[in-house]
Amino acid sequence: MQSNSHNFKKNVKGALQDKELQIALAHVQEGFINKRALAVDKLAEFEQLREQAKQIRNHTLEHLDYYLERYEQAVTKLGGQVHWARDSKEACEIVLNICQQAEAKSVIKGKSMVSEEIGLNEVLEQSGMDVIESDLGEYILQLAEEPPSHIIAPAIHKTRDQISDLFVKHHAQYGFSERQTTVPNLVNEARAVLRKRFLEADVGITGGNFLVAETGSNIIVTNEGNGDLSCTLPKVHIVTSGIEKVVPTLDDATALLRLLGRSATGQEITSYTTFSSGPKRPEDLDGPEQYHVVLVDNVRSKMLADEFREMLRCIRCGACMNHCPVYGSVGGHVYGWVYPGPMGVVLSSMNLGLEETKDLANACTLNGRCAEVCPVKIPLPDLLRNLRRQQHEARLNSLAVRYGLNIWAAIAKRPAIYAAMMRIAMPLMGALGRKRGRFRYFPLAGGWTAGRDLPAPQGSTFQSLYSKRTRQKT
Amino acid sequence: MNKPNVGLFVTCLVDLYRPNVGFATIKLLEQAGCTVEVPKSQTCCGQPALNSGDYANSRDIAKQVIETFANFDYVVAPSGSCIGTIKTHYTELFENDPEWLNKAEDLSRRSHELFSFLTDIIKFDAVLSTFPAKATYHDSCSGLRELGVKNQPRHLLGNVKDLTLKEMRNSEVCCGFGGTFCVKYPEISTRMASDKVESITASGAEVLLGGDMGCLLNISGRLKRLDSTVKVYHTAEVLADMTNIPAIGDGEND
Amino acid sequence: MSDARTEIFSRVHKALGRESLSSQQRKSLDERMASAPDLIRPQFSDDLVEHFANQLQSVAASFVRVSNTEGIIPAITEHLDSLGLNHKLVVAPSLKDLQWPKNFEIHSGRARDADLASVTGCFVAVAETGSVVLLSSPESPTTLNFLPDYHIAIVKSSQLVRHMEDVWTEFRQLPGGIPRTINLISGPSKTADVEQTLQVGAHGPRSFHVVFVEQS
Repeated sequence: MQSNSHNFKKNVKGALQDKELQIALAHVQEGFINKRALAVDKLAEFEQLREQAKQIRNHTLEHLDYYLERYEQAVTKLGGQVHWARDSKEACEIVLNICQQAEAKSVIKGKSMVSEEIGLNEVLEQSGMDVIESDLGEYILQLAEEPPSHIIAPAIHKTRDQISDLFVKHHAQYGFSERQTTVPNLVNEARAVLRKRFLEADVGITGGNFLVAETGSNIIVTNEGNGDLSCTLPKVHIVTSGIEKVVPTLDDATALLRLLGRSATGQEITSYTTFSSGPKRPEDLDGPEQYHVVLVDNVRSKMLADEFREMLRCIRCGACMNHCPVYGSVGGHVYGWVYPGPMGVVLSSMNLGLEETKDLANACTLNGRCAEVCPVKIPLPDLLRNLRRQQHEARLNSLAVRYGLNIWAAIAKRPAIYAAMMRIAMPLMGALGRKRGRFRYFPLAGGWTAGRDLPAPQGSTFQSLYSKRTRQKT
Repeated sequence: MNKPNVGLFVTCLVDLYRPNVGFATIKLLEQAGCTVEVPKSQTCCGQPALNSGDYANSRDIAKQVIETFANFDYVVAPSGSCIGTIKTHYTELFENDPEWLNKAEDLSRRSHELFSFLTDIIKFDAVLSTFPAKATYHDSCSGLRELGVKNQPRHLLGNVKDLTLKEMRNSEVCCGFGGTFCVKYPEISTRMASDKVESITASGAEVLLGGDMGCLLNISGRLKRLDSTVKVYHTAEVLADMTNIPAIGDGEND
Repeated sequence: MSDARTEIFSRVHKALGRESLSSQQRKSLDERMASAPDLIRPQFSDDLVEHFANQLQSVAASFVRVSNTEGIIPAITEHLDSLGLNHKLVVAPSLKDLQWPKNFEIHSGRARDADLASVTGCFVAVAETGSVVLLSSPESPTTLNFLPDYHIAIVKSSQLVRHMEDVWTEFRQLPGGIPRTINLISGPSKTADVEQTLQVGAHGPRSFHVVFVEQS
């Protein structure tokens, strides 16, 4: 997917003024945050489960080669095929090849963030295939030609009105001419339209919430059942997944699944948790004839090597973005790529490079709410600070910022000069502001005063007053 | 028994902006039975440099702080964010320098945010203060998440005569200050501050209290811009009965 | 694509700062995989069936208890009637010899597009999460669980287990390998993709009904 991250500041301006987006974002805050809190409260073992999950993921990553081998063996034993893709281009080529070999004309997709990451739809469409997203949120976005703004609820930024408009525009060809406005009717119409596509599709592509080494299974966790229909009805089932998604056993997967639903939507379990293992067996009455897993590296092995390894623990629950006050103010599109919010800052920076994503790691107050809710205890603020350090070392921050910091540091390292300067500056500023107690405008503080008054200082510095008092005492 | 000897880390914002908080801190520490010294050679904890990824400058400043405060039983500051930096991040700066890492770890052990120091270390809560007002509390992020400061200021405020504390919703949500964030991304910052103002207003409180000057300046600035009459004080000022000066952002006429 | 595989493994080894694992290390990992770790399970002390029933309710599934297998058909009939549905069913082959009334139109096998309602049994059911677990097989094709608008599952009390891990314990005792799918079904199909408003019947079944048989 083409990146728009370098337009972050411009995107933010638009997002803050987008009335419909702001209404939609309010739902996120109240919905996801409250629901998660309720689910967490009900589970006495939640904190222990978090620590356990972190250990399981760390163990797997430390032995990633072993678990990938075991997983591959298990899949192959079942008659499935494992393909390895070093990067997005290779991954798309592999999927395209599988589809072409199967003479596929139409492809239906369950939700897969990795497929967005590699830009799969465009590649398939360009070679003449009909690709349709079956997850309702992704389907809506496909109609709107927009990227997802959230990893769990991709169309969260869309209002009901906007969805009604999209349906009335695009469903006429299927014989639906009435504009639906209620949620039940909208969902029903989508159900009818997509059902036909499920039945006609030649290839179904899903992601994998986890890949189980013990059994060679991919797990998908859905509420709609679209993923299941996508991997049961078509002749070919392709799984696109990152290499870090593997877990050792069914029990390990269960430990993580317990946290996934609760962290994402406040659900103890979603309607459908499905373990798919290989193609249909000879005696099965339904199921795909081919089962392929495309394992994608991109920058994952690179992250494994460095200080961003902890990010690989991510189970893609979305809790971090749900709780991020920055995401809550501006939504997911401003981040400009596939993954938004705190986890998106790290992944985008890794995939797109620091220069393209300069603003992302900086547009954060390091408040830590994300780390507090991360089910696998990823220290996101520390990772963002690491990104800032890399940016600083690469001299990517602006000249103004670097000079500002150097000046501040130079003064701060010289307490006598610091004190002398402030003894003059602060009383001056204090005197100017004494009557009103604050400034509506102040030189060099345009960023602050655009939206806030600048409180006036008391005037004298603490150190000067304290010196005076101690002198008076003696 | 010797009185605990505390080195006051006054913080740059208190030093430059609101000395009253520094004096309130000393008063509280002395009430709690400590002796307090204020080293002259302190300026900043280095957080702006650290959070901007400038580890070199940050390291230099950290060394200065470590040396300045080497000999105190405790180092206490009226700020969760500065102590958060000193206590949890200085060691990161010296990962590859065993000598300074040692010193950083030592300083870390002795450093405390003011309210948690009073209640958890010195076990002091007998504040002598009257403050008739309905107040609400903002939990600064670093203090809350890096240091676990949540109940301690509330406990202390519970002993202030005539003060009613009403919790606001989203008290734990960031106010949008974030150091340089507030001037680098002012629109987002202002928006977050507006959300905080909404919570304050909804609580019906007349006073906002908190433990970090950065947050308080930010929130006060937005309150004033929105013509709110809510008064903003640092919790230390209320606990030390030193609120007879204009609130943060208030002028002589307010 | 052995080139890509080799390179990826090489990258992974480099990242982990080592070459392939020694046979000793592999052995200990093999052991961990073979014995399945003993992980934390959420504790709940209430009656298994009560807990199961409550969980089903919380995931918007419906639930009826019958005392023995004779109560199954009446329960199914009542459910179909309450929904205003006809008595045409696709049933799992394992259930085709149930005492279906003569006026029912039953076909067994995989589900077809026109099938409105399906009836399946289950492998086990999980009280912890209110889940009904189905394994794909010629006796229980997967399409029965997803294609029809209405899904009815018969769960016997002997099939009820406490935790999700108990499913794996049961499953590992089965002869033959893992089936193509293991479905943990916890309620009907739902979505909240339109304005965060919960709506059932997105793509999978609009309703999920459990007939719980106390004594088989």
